[in-house]
Amino acid sequence: MTPVYTLAAAQVVTEVQPTVDASGAASWAWLLVALPLLGAAIILLGGRSANRWGPTLANVMSWGAFGLGAAILIEMLGRAGDERAQSLHLWQWFTGGSFEVNAGMLVDQLSISFVMLVTFVGSLIHVYSLGYMEHDPDKGRFFGYLNLFIAAMLTLVLADSYVLLFLGWEGVGLASYLLIGFWYQRSDYASAANKAFIVNRVGDMALAIGIAMMFVTFGSADYSTVHGGAAGAPEWALTAIGLLLLGAACGKSAQFPLQSWLGDAMAGPTPVSALIHAATMVTAGVYLIVRSNAIFDLAPTARLVVTIVGAITLLLGAFIGMAKDDIKKALAASTMSQIGYMMLAAGLGPVGYVFAIFHLLTHGFFKAGMFLGAGSVMHAMNDQVNMRRFGRLSGVLKHTWWTFGLGWLAIIGFPGLSGWWSKDKIIEAAFVGEGWQPWVFGLVTMLGAGLTAFYMSRLFFMTFHGSGKRWTEDVHPHESPLVMTVPMMILAVGSLALGAILTAVKFPEWLAPVTNGGHLEHHEPVLAIPAIQILTFVLMAAGVFVAWRLYWKADVPVVAPEGSALTQAARTDFYQDDVNEAVFVGPLMTTATGLVEADDQIVDGGARNLGDGVAGLSRVLRRAQTGFVRSYALTMLAGVVAVLGALWVMN
Amino acid sequence: MNQEFTMVEINYWAIAPLLVVVAGALIGVLVEAFVARASRHNVQLGVGLVTYLAALVVLLAKSRTEHGLTMGGSVVIDGPSVFLMAVILCFALLSLLVMAERFGGPAADAFTPMGAATPGSDLERSAESAGWGTTEAVPLMMISVVGMMLFVSSGDLLTMFVALEVLSLPLYVLTGLARRRRLLSQEAALKYFLLGSFSSAFFLFGAALLYGYAGSVDIARIALAIGAASPVLDGLLLPGVALVLIGLLFKVGAVPFHAWTPDAYQGAPTPVTGFMAAATKIAAFGAILRLAYVGLSGNRWDWEPALIAIAALTMVIGAVMTVTQTDVKRLLAYSSIAHAGFILVAVMSFDVTGVSGAMFYLVCYGFTTIAAFALVTLVRHEGSEATDLSQWAGLGRRSPVVAGAFAICLLAFAGIPLTSGFTAKFAAFAPAISHGGAAGAWLVVIGVLASAVTAYVYFRIIVTMFFEEGAGDVVAITPSTLTTIAIAIGLVLTILLGVLPGPVLEAATQSAQFLR
Repeated sequence: MTPVYTLAAAQVVTEVQPTVDASGAASWAWLLVALPLLGAAIILLGGRSANRWGPTLANVMSWGAFGLGAAILIEMLGRAGDERAQSLHLWQWFTGGSFEVNAGMLVDQLSISFVMLVTFVGSLIHVYSLGYMEHDPDKGRFFGYLNLFIAAMLTLVLADSYVLLFLGWEGVGLASYLLIGFWYQRSDYASAANKAFIVNRVGDMALAIGIAMMFVTFGSADYSTVHGGAAGAPEWALTAIGLLLLGAACGKSAQFPLQSWLGDAMAGPTPVSALIHAATMVTAGVYLIVRSNAIFDLAPTARLVVTIVGAITLLLGAFIGMAKDDIKKALAASTMSQIGYMMLAAGLGPVGYVFAIFHLLTHGFFKAGMFLGAGSVMHAMNDQVNMRRFGRLSGVLKHTWWTFGLGWLAIIGFPGLSGWWSKDKIIEAAFVGEGWQPWVFGLVTMLGAGLTAFYMSRLFFMTFHGSGKRWTEDVHPHESPLVMTVPMMILAVGSLALGAILTAVKFPEWLAPVTNGGHLEHHEPVLAIPAIQILTFVLMAAGVFVAWRLYWKADVPVVAPEGSALTQAARTDFYQDDVNEAVFVGPLMTTATGLVEADDQIVDGGARNLGDGVAGLSRVLRRAQTGFVRSYALTMLAGVVAVLGALWVMN
Repeated sequence: MNQEFTMVEINYWAIAPLLVVVAGALIGVLVEAFVARASRHNVQLGVGLVTYLAALVVLLAKSRTEHGLTMGGSVVIDGPSVFLMAVILCFALLSLLVMAERFGGPAADAFTPMGAATPGSDLERSAESAGWGTTEAVPLMMISVVGMMLFVSSGDLLTMFVALEVLSLPLYVLTGLARRRRLLSQEAALKYFLLGSFSSAFFLFGAALLYGYAGSVDIARIALAIGAASPVLDGLLLPGVALVLIGLLFKVGAVPFHAWTPDAYQGAPTPVTGFMAAATKIAAFGAILRLAYVGLSGNRWDWEPALIAIAALTMVIGAVMTVTQTDVKRLLAYSSIAHAGFILVAVMSFDVTGVSGAMFYLVCYGFTTIAAFALVTLVRHEGSEATDLSQWAGLGRRSPVVAGAFAICLLAFAGIPLTSGFTAKFAAFAPAISHGGAAGAWLVVIGVLASAVTAYVYFRIIVTMFFEEGAGDVVAITPSTLTTIAIAIGLVLTILLGVLPGPVLEAATQSAQFLR
């Protein structure tokens, strides 16, 4: 029970994994971005005709990127340990005075893991969308945006500097905005897109300032310089940079206190929710923290804040997930909560980085699978999302039911399935440490497991099981076509086995060179590991049991009961919108109104008076221009006399 | 005095460009006499184009390297004179393309069918119905160009005076040849002539005083005399300097010698206005630069304050007067006055970078101005030019290309970045800051404020064109290829010199050294 790891910076050895020049398949890594980008450009410029060939082209480009990514991965697996991280210089991006920014790519274990997740899940969702968006009059545009997203997300994870990462970061934000507002004809969807965009601006601003601070501190913003120089930088600077990066991550990953947009983002088409708002983009914040491990290792304060933010969001998301009746919003709350797990793990430092990524990958599969399942349910139920109007769908939607079921078992951490492998590791890591921290964070994660089990079971039982069908009269559920169910099945296989597979191939050890300086030390939790596992299992079982009592055995009312104060608060996302309104929007609007007034009165007033003055002077002077040549000549003569007189007087 | 006559040495290669244009002008006069009226227009156009191109080729191929004094010191071929002559020839070429425009049909050409006919007389009507044109404008312009080229390269005050008259007299005539509003045009020509003569008299008087002081009209000799400083005749120097400079400042339209500018610009045929604005300004500034930097720099502390005051006054009055103008051509006239003030700021830096800055400014301003006036010729109301600003309302909707092109010119005049106007202002103001001392800095401050005032006016025009509803009967007519080429070159250079000013700025810098 002696903690080996302490939070003192001095004992942390930061090693930045050295890179070699890219060769072989990795030297083609730029194509990973170029292919989907080209697809997006062609489709979006193609106009209406893209509705015919656009979906196919987008699929080809996405699968092409996946194929190349797989080739790079296979080649990387065959390389010696110290040659796996490869850097690919592309071109000098811009220079300004003494600093220059190069565009380049870093292909290492971490980025290739993301490449595989993004391209594989992304491509599956491309396929699924062929069915889901089949009858949409604008599907060309949709697939163009999807390809744009893939390109931007790959830029984000493959960048070798924070500046290029920022480009991808903004790119995924743009794609997310465009896709949330894809049905922009509905004003509430359009405003949901705006909300997501504006809330993300806050985080993006933090990232921009963070990058500026890197330029000030290190003179550069590429990973090798920043991470290599972190050991020599003052701790306050690292803490500040770390907190700014955390701010960025909070925006993109919907973490407290910038979580309010994710629920509204569900306005986008469901495949988008699966890809962007569950599997990939929202996890970019976790990627950012893990990628910046060299900074966070030396900034324990910033790391502690990361952990706290993760813990808060983990519970917040779980509570919101318990109260929502909208199937997509409940899943969104669950995403928030699961990313809270990842953030918490990332904040734990070297004990947690790899498990954050591990959970991120498994979560990418089972959550995407469940979102696609939700899409399939909506497809069957005339686009309804209210779970109180579902029930006993297991009989009608067989494939959707079993694929969703595997996702459900995975997320609640049923032993043996994907989520169990990754989440239990996080819980164990959370119990590592000394003082109050392991107990607080450990118990939060353990409690979170129980809550997850409850709200996910609630969702699953309300939708697929229960005592009766609460369908509205006009629905005639039917299973979705194969083009939609096959991707769900593939993802379900991932939900089932990915955790075991990644554990079997020693994924954490493989990833360790990027995050832990090459070696994964084992740390002893403050509670015995079997005890943690048993307690977690008991809590999970309790959660499932309560949900079973309430939502399977008992009748679920079609109209939501009023509920307790906590339920009501959770339904409204804990009044996040009202808080934002009161704390930020209101004062800002007051200030803006005041400034407009001041601008009108003082600035414009001054300018108007000045303008009037000039015009008046002009009118007076204009009288001199009489049109009489005699007066012109007189003016000239007066001028000559004045010049001569003045010179005479002066000399 | 029993002085033996010696023939002066003439370097014919050095003055070859001048001779080519003189020859072209004489051929043009012969064409006027012997070629049938029907084909005169095309023949004159051909003669003019060939002449300018040939002169340009000779200048750049041969005369460029023939630096030195020739014709007994009357003509100086050096960096500035070669650069300015080349630019004058380019401007003449572009202006000729615009002048040669013949719309035919109800849309009138720029020139009257018969300059000698009384306005509104039967003679004028019959000339019009016969389809005559004032083709003599082409040789007149060539003669004027000869004067301009000589003006920037003259080595003594008498040659300068002759050049001044050679460039001015054809312009007086050209001013009176507008087709519409004949009386206004003739009145403008007369005013221009009277006031021009008035200023020529000042110049001549000043030259006489300087001769009295230095015993020579040679600019270099005058410089030597100022350096030697003879106290006896000191009283002649300052009045002489002042009067000579006043004569030149009249030509650039500096306040208070600017009164002719708006009237002449408005009355003259619009293509001629463009040519006057661009080419006369560059010629006059060439002479001012040579006189101020070579001849009179020795006692510049004495006369500098007057010029600084004139520069400041020119910028302020020029800018302020644009505000109340309702006629496009008058507005551009006042704008040209303000621009003359900006160029004077560069001149007052008394540094070699000031010379290059002023020359670069003149290049930028000239190309934009020719394009702008060419665009003015296209905007028509019932066939005749619609120069009243109220008539331009809504032009951006009916003729977006013409209005857009004019907007680019206005942005350049306002000095907006990515147009030549910005780089030019920078090139003109930078030397004043770095070499002009406190006075230079103050002039730049005034210049920037004046720019702000004019920018307001230009933007108002853009707003009028694009955001106001107007009567639908004012439209832009489609010009012939020639005018289109001229406008296109002007606009392309306006953008190009704003984005990539390097090559031209470099050329101006390398040509900025006067031969003393």
